Amino acid sequence: MAYFEIPKLSRMVSKVWLRNWDVFMKTFKVNFVPPFIEPLLYLFALGFGLGTFIEDIDGISYARFIAPALIAISIMNSSFFECTYGSYVRMYYQKTFDAIIATPLSIEEVIAGEILWGATRSFINAVIMLVVISFFGLIEFPSSLLIIPFSFLGGLLFASIAMCFTATSPNINTLNYPSFLFISPMFLFSGTFFPLSVLPDPVRYFAIAALPLTHVVSIVRSLTLAAPGEFILFSLLWIVVVSLVLFVLAVNLMKKRLIV
Amino acid sequence: MVVVEVPVIEAHGLRKQYGDFVAVDDVSFSVNEGEVFGFLGPNGAGKTTLMKMIQCVSPKTGGKLEVFGMDVDTHPREIKKLMGVVPQDSNLDPDFSVYANLMVYSRYFNIPHADAKAMTEELLDFVQLKEKKDTIIEYLSGGMKRRLVLARGLINKPRLIILDEPTIGLDPQARHLIWDKLKSLRAQGITVVLTTHYLDEASQLCDRLVIMNQSKILVEGKPDDLIKKYIGTDIVEVEENPAAIKCLEREGTKYEVVRGMIQIYTNHPREMTAALLSNCDLGKITARSATLEDVFLKLTGRKLRE
Ligand SMILES: Nc1ncnc2c1ncn2[C@@H]1O[C@H](COP(=O)(O)OP(=O)(O)O)[C@@H](O)[C@H]1O
Ligand SMILES: [Mg+2]
Repeated sequence: MAYFEIPKLSRMVSKVWLRNWDVFMKTFKVNFVPPFIEPLLYLFALGFGLGTFIEDIDGISYARFIAPALIAISIMNSSFFECTYGSYVRMYYQKTFDAIIATPLSIEEVIAGEILWGATRSFINAVIMLVVISFFGLIEFPSSLLIIPFSFLGGLLFASIAMCFTATSPNINTLNYPSFLFISPMFLFSGTFFPLSVLPDPVRYFAIAALPLTHVVSIVRSLTLAAPGEFILFSLLWIVVVSLVLFVLAVNLMKKRLIV
Repeated sequence: MVVVEVPVIEAHGLRKQYGDFVAVDDVSFSVNEGEVFGFLGPNGAGKTTLMKMIQCVSPKTGGKLEVFGMDVDTHPREIKKLMGVVPQDSNLDPDFSVYANLMVYSRYFNIPHADAKAMTEELLDFVQLKEKKDTIIEYLSGGMKRRLVLARGLINKPRLIILDEPTIGLDPQARHLIWDKLKSLRAQGITVVLTTHYLDEASQLCDRLVIMNQSKILVEGKPDDLIKKYIGTDIVEVEENPAAIKCLEREGTKYEVVRGMIQIYTNHPREMTAALLSNCDLGKITARSATLEDVFLKLTGRKLRE
């Protein structure tokens, strides 16, 4: 079976998305707390705490420097964890996918719906964080409003990456590896809490070539500072291409795993 | 106009391999509109694998398989639209209540909301779960879960429903409740296909059935016909002992020794028992009706449930 066969999708994908939305809304009060609290914790500890010992970075206060990174990290985490642990539980423990593919929906549509849902989680969390952070006057408007649509695209990227791991993980515990070996380093080395420019060249190039968060941070930061960097188009292109390729790969890997 | 009767399911030389392992081997059968068709066989016979191919969720390795006259490989969506499914593992959605399970499922069939609501109410009534409407799946008993899965399988008003071990693990009362529901589906003209390793279930419910063992179909027919053909109506049983065998040989009575029991297949149990009692000294002797289990035992030398 081909790894890059283009999946045939229909509007029925939305039914899978809707199922997850319904579950989410049943507990929405709980779901809305983390994206509310998280930026506050980081802003106070790093921005206003640690930040008082840090000189401006390129003429920007440390709090203003990390504010976009917090949004980017949230975009990454929301969809990544939704489409790893969340999807794995639905696939393996709840047999939700099995139940759905006995209906007119195909496995391709189920996986596409899951990935779109993951992206939606990023979107929801990014919007909440945007509101919270804007109260501290750390981001520029109206350019920052573009983060709202962008968060969905960034979410698609990390949801697709996550689904590839979910499709190939022998059990739920092995999902810890991508969390620790991929997500954690990205959290630190993607121009999040210090600029990429302080890194040695090879590491910096690696971050640009292979760490998706680098591109998400770079775009979000351009938007919150209302200062489009030279890389913004390159980053956007990188995200679109990688998202598309990994989306297709994720669907095919899942098909391989579940259709026996 | 010429009406050609198309079987609801038609399989010819159907095969399924998992790697090198052949799970379904050159199987042929056809299921007619409106009948209850059973697949009886022990665990591992290949029943679930076969059902999954019919449900278009597991691709066949070879052979022909058509449902409603459509090929499972090329028309899965059309077939699945017309079919209801009760899988072996009740994969209900634990994130939802009883009611929401049916409503969410109805969306996968694109059933308009108002119709789905009416259908859900009707089905909850049918499977006697109205009072449990708002209960979370976790708190349902095994029998209730099975009934809810049955209701879920009916949400799209299917012409064909496939049930994989519909009563597995249920107590007798819960099983009979399911049987009643299946009988009433049959009365509505819905084609019912079921698998089971309970012979009473097979003989009670099925108009026709096949007996499967080790990936193959052994025989096909009406339950009573199969029993008559392979056994006779009754079985007279005696515990195995040399004296009894000697006597039977002398009398020229045909018998088989199965698992420590001498079995005499007959259509006239009274006469046979009387004759044996007067001619041979057999000790304890019992006569009983023959069952599908006896057919299976005769054909394979194994019991259905080891
Ligand atoms: N996904 C699979 N991969 C490999 N072997 C399988 C798979 N599913 C079932 N089998 C094997 O196929 C045989 C038939 O299984 P199954 O169809 O579940 O039988 P039944 O439903 O009659 O108990 C069994 O030996 C089982 O171990
Ligand atoms: Mg089975």
